[in-house]
Amino acid sequence: MDIAIIVGLDVVSGIASLVLISAGLAVIFGMMKIINLAHGEFLMLGAYATVLSVSAGVNIWFAMLVIAPVFVGLVGVVVERCLIRFLYGRLVDSMLATWGLSLVIVGGTTMIFGNTIVGVSSPLGGFQVGAYQSSLYTPFLALMALLLMLIVYGVMRYTRAGLIARAVMQNPGMAATLGVNPARVYMATFGIGAAMSGLAGGLLAPIAGVVPTMGAAFIAKAFITVVGGGTSILWGLISASGLFGFINQIAAFLTTPVFGEVILFIAAVILIRMLPTGISGRFFKGRL
Amino acid sequence: MHLLNGMTGALIGSAIAAVAILTAPLYVDLFQIMQLTVFAAMAVLALSLGFIWGYGGILCFGQTSFFGLGAYAYAVAAINFGDSTPAIALAILIPVIFAALLGYFMIYGGISDVYLGVITLTVSLILFNLVNSTAGDFYKIGDARLGGFNGMPGVPTFNLPGNPGYILSPEQAWMVTGIALIAVYLGLRVLIASSFGRIIIAIRENETRAALLGYDPRIYKLITFMIGGAIAGFAGALYVNWGAFVSPTIFALGLSAQSIIWVIIGGRGTLIGPVVGCLLLQWLVTEIGAQQAMDSNFVLGAILIVFVLLVPKGIAPTLRDLALARLARDKPMPADTPTTAKVKT
Repeated sequence: MDIAIIVGLDVVSGIASLVLISAGLAVIFGMMKIINLAHGEFLMLGAYATVLSVSAGVNIWFAMLVIAPVFVGLVGVVVERCLIRFLYGRLVDSMLATWGLSLVIVGGTTMIFGNTIVGVSSPLGGFQVGAYQSSLYTPFLALMALLLMLIVYGVMRYTRAGLIARAVMQNPGMAATLGVNPARVYMATFGIGAAMSGLAGGLLAPIAGVVPTMGAAFIAKAFITVVGGGTSILWGLISASGLFGFINQIAAFLTTPVFGEVILFIAAVILIRMLPTGISGRFFKGRL
Repeated sequence: MHLLNGMTGALIGSAIAAVAILTAPLYVDLFQIMQLTVFAAMAVLALSLGFIWGYGGILCFGQTSFFGLGAYAYAVAAINFGDSTPAIALAILIPVIFAALLGYFMIYGGISDVYLGVITLTVSLILFNLVNSTAGDFYKIGDARLGGFNGMPGVPTFNLPGNPGYILSPEQAWMVTGIALIAVYLGLRVLIASSFGRIIIAIRENETRAALLGYDPRIYKLITFMIGGAIAGFAGALYVNWGAFVSPTIFALGLSAQSIIWVIIGGRGTLIGPVVGCLLLQWLVTEIGAQQAMDSNFVLGAILIVFVLLVPKGIAPTLRDLALARLARDKPMPADTPTTAKVKT
């Protein structure tokens, strides 16, 4: 019984972390149809912002939940203004440019901070399930993932900005003729997507080794989730995270975490063969 | 001018390059010969990506998956057989099988370029994690221990076919690698000039139109992808032959990024471009490695961004266009004259 609870917790935390690490990528993909290959580096910048703020004496919650997303969000806006906006309409080139950006950020961070692991300790304690010990940070991550999804839903469904965003998602040309400035929307999208990645990086900082190359450890799962989910931001992300998080954790429990990732990937490739536009391209077409 | 176009030019250039390769050990010292050998092995990888991306229109961000699989297949087979000839065959065969499987799911699924790039990149990331985790006695194939993060040292290098006792010297290995590069280049030139080559270019230009003309784009793309996998796997074998060593870092993001950059700066839609781009970048990375101030990732990323923004076609096509524009300006095309005359009357 205890082991079932622990595995259940693992599955929940697997799904929650997939939602967190993929959310920023999904927002940018859903709106702009490009995959931000510097996504892992945005996570890394969020983690660094948190670690450096904490070591400068800032409260850890403030550092994770405010400083990391704001800082990375600003980076995102600058990147969009200086790089991405020159490549509208050239999907492949904009992906290549973000790949170049990812190398520049990794290289730059290595030059400044060196290739060493820094970190902060986890702020919450643990709890006991029978003979097993688990960290309170796991349910906290699940809560944050849920909260993030609720905020995205609320903003997209009930605000004017969300209305404009949905219009641009469905038909950018039509939205532009109705007076929406797509360039402005894309800038905001990139900034918000980056901020969400920064938040995820901040939340991961206590449980991951913070190094300049840490992004590479997360992007494989994030890419699979977003590609499997398709372009619908909310339902694509939730359905793909749910499915892949479940498969990944069960497979990891039965074999090793690395084989869990391999099985996750095989499942995703089979899914893509059947649903080439992702889960949401088939089941939630035109939804959020 | 037309004499140097097409196959004649390629043959003359290749003959000159072959003579240079065969005589290089006479005037280049051993250290540089070793350096050039790895450059040439990487240039074969660059050709494979230049072919499938530039001609097949397949955006593969993880060409190093096939390179790495070829390298590991060669290493495992060479250790078990003690003879390099069947090992080279396996280094080509295993990536081809893998490319066929992966390509079937992606190409027959009809996914977009963006998805294909991301999935191939993910494959290389996952192979990196997978091979990294194979430390310990449990993970061995025959006599070959996969070694996890530490890789596999002491892999037997190329020997004379049929004579495992005769191991090639570094100079001979260089000649084999250099000639292999030229052979792959010429082979691809012939392939592109063939009707198969014309069909895959037609598909790259307009998939729907090619399909309406009766060619199934999926099977042609799949075959292109498999040929790319075969060449990349062969490049992997050449790479292991150079260092007698293979480690999971050949699956890592750094090399995938580099191979993309070679093709971008050299130029898509040419074969000489990726080779030139590869040699330039390899030289640059070696130079950066020799000093401490700049991180090589930083420089590579900056180069990629600059080329995507300012020289999106790459060096070779840009130079060709400049030369053609110059010719056209110096000597107006005869075809222009009647049109202008007609407008005037």
